[in-house]
Amino acid sequence: MNAYLPYLLCLILFCIGIYAVLSKKNIIKIILGVVIAEYAVNLFLVLVAYKAEGRAAIFSDTQVILPETMVDPLPHALVLTSIVIGLATTAFLIALAIRLYGKYGTFDITRMRELRG
Amino acid sequence: MSVIVKTVTRLTVGLIFLYGIYIILHGHITPGGGFAGGVIIALSFINLDLAFGGKVSSKIFSKKGTGVVEALGAIMFIALALFGMRYGGFFDNFLHPDGEPGQLVSAGIIPLENIAISLKVAAGLFGIFLALIVLQKFESEKK
Amino acid sequence: MISESIIPLFVAIPLAGAFLIALFKRLKGFPDTLGVLATAGTFTLTILFFLKMEVGQRIVFNVGNWGGFQEVLGRIVGIQLVMDGLTVFMLIIINLVAFLVALYSINYMTKYTAKWQFFSLFLLMVAGMNGVLITGDLFNLFVFVEIASIASYALVAFGTEKRELEASFKYAVMGGVASLLILLGIIFLYSSTGTLNMADMAQAVAGSQRPAIMYMVFGLFLAGFGLKAAIVPFHAWLPDAHPSAPAPISAMLSGVLIKALGVYSIARVFYTIFGAPTEVRIILMTLGAISMGVGALVALRQWDMKRLLAYSSISQVGYIMLGLGIGTPLGIMGALFHLFNHSMFKSLLFLDSGAVEYATGTRNMKEMGGLSKKLPFTGGSTLAGAMSLAGIPPFAGFWSKLIIIIAAVQANHMKLAAWAVLMSIVTIAYILKVTRFAFLGTVRESFANIKEVPVLMRISLVVLALICIFGGLILIPDIRDSLLSPAVRVLSGMGGV
Repeated sequence: MNAYLPYLLCLILFCIGIYAVLSKKNIIKIILGVVIAEYAVNLFLVLVAYKAEGRAAIFSDTQVILPETMVDPLPHALVLTSIVIGLATTAFLIALAIRLYGKYGTFDITRMRELRG
Repeated sequence: MSVIVKTVTRLTVGLIFLYGIYIILHGHITPGGGFAGGVIIALSFINLDLAFGGKVSSKIFSKKGTGVVEALGAIMFIALALFGMRYGGFFDNFLHPDGEPGQLVSAGIIPLENIAISLKVAAGLFGIFLALIVLQKFESEKK
Repeated sequence: MISESIIPLFVAIPLAGAFLIALFKRLKGFPDTLGVLATAGTFTLTILFFLKMEVGQRIVFNVGNWGGFQEVLGRIVGIQLVMDGLTVFMLIIINLVAFLVALYSINYMTKYTAKWQFFSLFLLMVAGMNGVLITGDLFNLFVFVEIASIASYALVAFGTEKRELEASFKYAVMGGVASLLILLGIIFLYSSTGTLNMADMAQAVAGSQRPAIMYMVFGLFLAGFGLKAAIVPFHAWLPDAHPSAPAPISAMLSGVLIKALGVYSIARVFYTIFGAPTEVRIILMTLGAISMGVGALVALRQWDMKRLLAYSSISQVGYIMLGLGIGTPLGIMGALFHLFNHSMFKSLLFLDSGAVEYATGTRNMKEMGGLSKKLPFTGGSTLAGAMSLAGIPPFAGFWSKLIIIIAAVQANHMKLAAWAVLMSIVTIAYILKVTRFAFLGTVRESFANIKEVPVLMRISLVVLALICIFGGLILIPDIRDSLLSPAVRVLSGMGGV
């Protein structure tokens, strides 16, 4: 059970983010929920790469490091990409939130119900 | 902003910029690379902006200049990738067996791609900052 | 024999076009011409591949020439771009619609300011969709899905009025959460198979017993890609987002985006990687049937023309999911042919609603009437699209719906076939509502002076209308064997041998 604890905590963090998206009324809190969930998924991806007693995946001139002892470097590249995607989504959502405040005068999402039916 | 902030910013902003360039150029040897270095460079400009007020960095990098640098970064990236097609494939590393691994001049087109990405990311982030905070005045229309 | 190294051009041309437009935005007329040229370029590339590829051939390209590592390490390293029958089929649809919409937008977008931003984002979206279709690597699929999605969030909010911002916010948050679910699914798959290449993964998954984590992966992918494809219960963003976008973008979103990102990705993940497991097919059939019902019945209540067409999209994607879920080669053929037809007639109908809005300034059908006397091209092409949507012979939509219903009957799903027939009747009802209220009847005095839309817009409408009328010809055995059958063979050959 102890070995699985970091993964479980990551998924709990993801659920906290989704809870914020589902139940909060303030637009900024919803955006924060998406951001927290996205951090949780990135953290989970980095944890998947971990190998017990592994070294960083960088060769060095001064020491001899065997490739079998390194942690898996592929998820690190995936996380970089995912962080950039998250940045783009967050920037866009914040720009939308500022414009929505300009149009509606409030950050409360229950007041923005023009589209119905 | 107070005098302490302005003085410290004046002293350190150049160092932050230099550190960003270091991370970009060594992207194929040490962790970092184009994206992280680009973010640090953008943050150095934002630091200047926050300390000295809204108009200073608009003079260094106007909105038009930022747009041009951003598009240039992306076009440089795609141009490098398309150049590789002459040598045998899209994204081919056509400068490849050029130096030993671990040196600064090695790994073919990867440092050049890092520079292209850093231009785009730095200009992009600074452009987002300009567009959302400095250049827009948002008043509520529902008053 | 065609060289595989020009496959990346499908992504590189629109991407370079998008950034060149951002650079040269002040040149007069430059964004328009580059937008049309880039989409025309990718469309000609697609036709080139279609004509030169043999049936059943699969062209593989290793990006960066990393294919050499395969002999050394024994595993596929790097990203592979794959062109097979399904890819060519979908590329034709998407690039044709993109080209016609780009032609249409030159005149339509003069109503909005900042035309260069529109074309730049539009080309980014096309680059993302092309990338989804050609990639053979699962994480690369995710990255291109994200590129296309973020470009589409920005395009939905393009008018920056109240409703458009609200719709775009809803769409962006729901799309963002769906992307996170997809990423979680990819992480679980990677950690249990150790590879990201789709062909490799298919072999790794087929060999062993299915571990329990795979059911969670099914659920995550169904939820994530299902939201992109607007399947019930993940459809709630679509009736708000599609009407609020400018008309050419509504055509792209409803016509190609939900299919390239949603339906194609579900087909790739569940058919190519997992080999169409039975549980997933049952879920797809059920959700497809529910989508058909919800979409069609709610569409009856709408008075806003574009909102009605948006609900109709949900209903028709339900048909495609039903065909995919049935899983027999006939069912898959029906589903793919219906995908082709729906792209054509739904894009046509949205472009028509845009033409009506351009000419009259309103979208509310209660205020329209008798427009076909004043706008002959628009009225005629709407009639063609509506007949195809309703499934009236000999228009194209009839054949695809017939094939899906026959496939359902052949696979002993009688109740589903009956439900599909019933929903077809409801479809006829709501599309007749559009035709009757908007185009037939008497013209109001306030609309006495409206004129037909400009020439470039008319070209797109006429071409799409002709495809809707003559689309049934695709079932002639010669054309079918070169266009439709390779696509069907890719999906059914891998599924449930």
